[in-house]
Amino acid sequence: MKTAKAPRPAGQGIRQSMSGLHSWTGLLLGWILYAMFLTGTVAYFKDELSQWMRPELAHQTEVPDPASVAQRIADELAGVAPGSPQWSMRLPDARNNSVYAFWRTAPRTPGQRGFGEGYFDPATGRTVSARDTMGGDFFYRFHFQFHYMPVLWGRWIAGAAAMFMLVAIVSGVITHKKIFVDFFTFRWGKGQRSWLDAHNALSVFGLPFHFMITYTGLVTLMALYMPWGEQAAFKSQAERRQLTAELSAFIQPGQPSGRSVPLAPVADMVRQAEERWGRDAVGRVTATNPGDAAARVAVARGDAGRVSMSPQYLEFEGTTGRLVAVHEGVGPAAETRGVLYALHLGRFSDSVTRWLYFLVSLAGTAMVGTGLVMWIVKRRQKLPDPDRPHLGFRLVERLNIASIAGLSVAMTAFLWGNRLLPPGMAERAAWEIHVFFIVWALALVHAVLRPVRKAWIEQLWAAAALLALLPLLNALTTERPLWHSLADGDWVFAGMDLMCWALAALHAALAIRTARHRPKVRSGVQKTRSGGASDREATDRERMAGALPRKGEA
Amino acid sequence: MTAMAGWIRWIRDFGPLVSRIAAALFGGYALAALASVAVLALPMAKPQAVLTGMLASFAIYAGAVIWVFAVRSALRAWAGLLIVAAPLLAAAWSVW
Repeated sequence: MKTAKAPRPAGQGIRQSMSGLHSWTGLLLGWILYAMFLTGTVAYFKDELSQWMRPELAHQTEVPDPASVAQRIADELAGVAPGSPQWSMRLPDARNNSVYAFWRTAPRTPGQRGFGEGYFDPATGRTVSARDTMGGDFFYRFHFQFHYMPVLWGRWIAGAAAMFMLVAIVSGVITHKKIFVDFFTFRWGKGQRSWLDAHNALSVFGLPFHFMITYTGLVTLMALYMPWGEQAAFKSQAERRQLTAELSAFIQPGQPSGRSVPLAPVADMVRQAEERWGRDAVGRVTATNPGDAAARVAVARGDAGRVSMSPQYLEFEGTTGRLVAVHEGVGPAAETRGVLYALHLGRFSDSVTRWLYFLVSLAGTAMVGTGLVMWIVKRRQKLPDPDRPHLGFRLVERLNIASIAGLSVAMTAFLWGNRLLPPGMAERAAWEIHVFFIVWALALVHAVLRPVRKAWIEQLWAAAALLALLPLLNALTTERPLWHSLADGDWVFAGMDLMCWALAALHAALAIRTARHRPKVRSGVQKTRSGGASDREATDRERMAGALPRKGEA
Repeated sequence: MTAMAGWIRWIRDFGPLVSRIAAALFGGYALAALASVAVLALPMAKPQAVLTGMLASFAIYAGAVIWVFAVRSALRAWAGLLIVAAPLLAAAWSVW
């Protein structure tokens, strides 16, 4: 970055320094951002992925009655987690055919883990008898806290990456004065220019989304990143609880009375909530001190049909089922947070909106990817000797391959692992994840050992092949091949198979384009035409100058 | 002697850049954190003020980073941060 070395002509300054800021913030955490973007994109379908990864659970033809499901699971939890100070269940909906519940274990069993969790069959109330897997939740969790490291570290890294992204977006907009002109400009097969055009088109097309998703991503974990106001404002536990109450529908357990009184019917409470918000509007049921005289139950509204994650819930007395309080409003700042949070997760969305989210988010992934590739393409022209690039250049080049093409291979391998690892294997869910990382590490090794172009092409073909064959593997290892899914109207399974083929075609197209691309040919043509090295340099300079406002950037 | 000269040249060449990076990373964060506390001085309910401060902090951080790299010199970058920080510090002081 030349920008810091003082004198430079007035007028040119800001765009130049923003260009430098843009490419460095984009590059430094670019690989992390790419992984966050892609796994986050996939996580918009995490519920569907989770269903696909538990093929033992039958296709859900209609959503079961929430009230009876809640009752069934509450009865089951009384046996599974007796004396628990708090449990909470997420009811099934159109996208979920199982109930996820977690609970604090009773305090009188020391040495045990503080929490338990499980998936339950809504029809029987029993633990689901499906293979052990994290399902789509793996991509979701990886997307903001990674793996193999303490959760807080991961979240701080994700926060730093998001902050870099935010700065990259703002500086990118300042750099890029002719936003709309460039949006309609596309020059195919012209090396750096094409990459730049692609990068610009993708960025401009998704700009509001990219900005929104980056900012709201920071908002989801803002209490972690910016705790100072909270610490200065609240000295007492009671005040802190007030803030928590504005943000969450999880009621906190008070002191149990010690007198055991059975929980009133949960089904009635859910029905009462349905009368208020409509059928299928209930998302979650939380109980504190169930079975005790001091029990409380909160029935919370789900995310469907409202663009806010702010809590709305009814609070009941556990022993009688009497409605104690209605929580439906939070303050304006809390509501703003609720809306921003909801915009990030997109859980309010119907299937059309969800697909839009997915596609624009995929464009965002491509924006980061083309940006990373462009860094290389631009700098290659300035290398003193293109055949022997310096270490930093080679490092970026190899990391690009492993983090872009290699990630596709690894993510698909994760799904292969889900179908191929033996069902009864110990630590099976963990091994699915190990498969993902082992394959990803192998992709990095491959990218380092092979020539650059070959490594790109081979990994893209590997991803295409793995994706294309996944529906076949599914047909061989489950009872639910594509023709059955289509006949049954099982859109989760059919959609997954078709999506795999679409993505396989995308990777194959990229592989073919990369194979056809001949960077040397162009300069060879110029050589015959203009004859000398200095002329070629002049042409290159012209091209750079015409390329955009980025001229002069180091 | 040459080592010394090398150091001096390094500092002359990269000192301003390193200074700007520090101003952006740490100065920007400090400014955002300060603003998120200063907002408590506003006449509004405490939980609301706390959340407002958190929500706005990332815009302030991003703005500070842009400022640091947009101005003519590292010195101006720091000066700008300090000028904005002063009233925020006064407001934050009153509620801490």
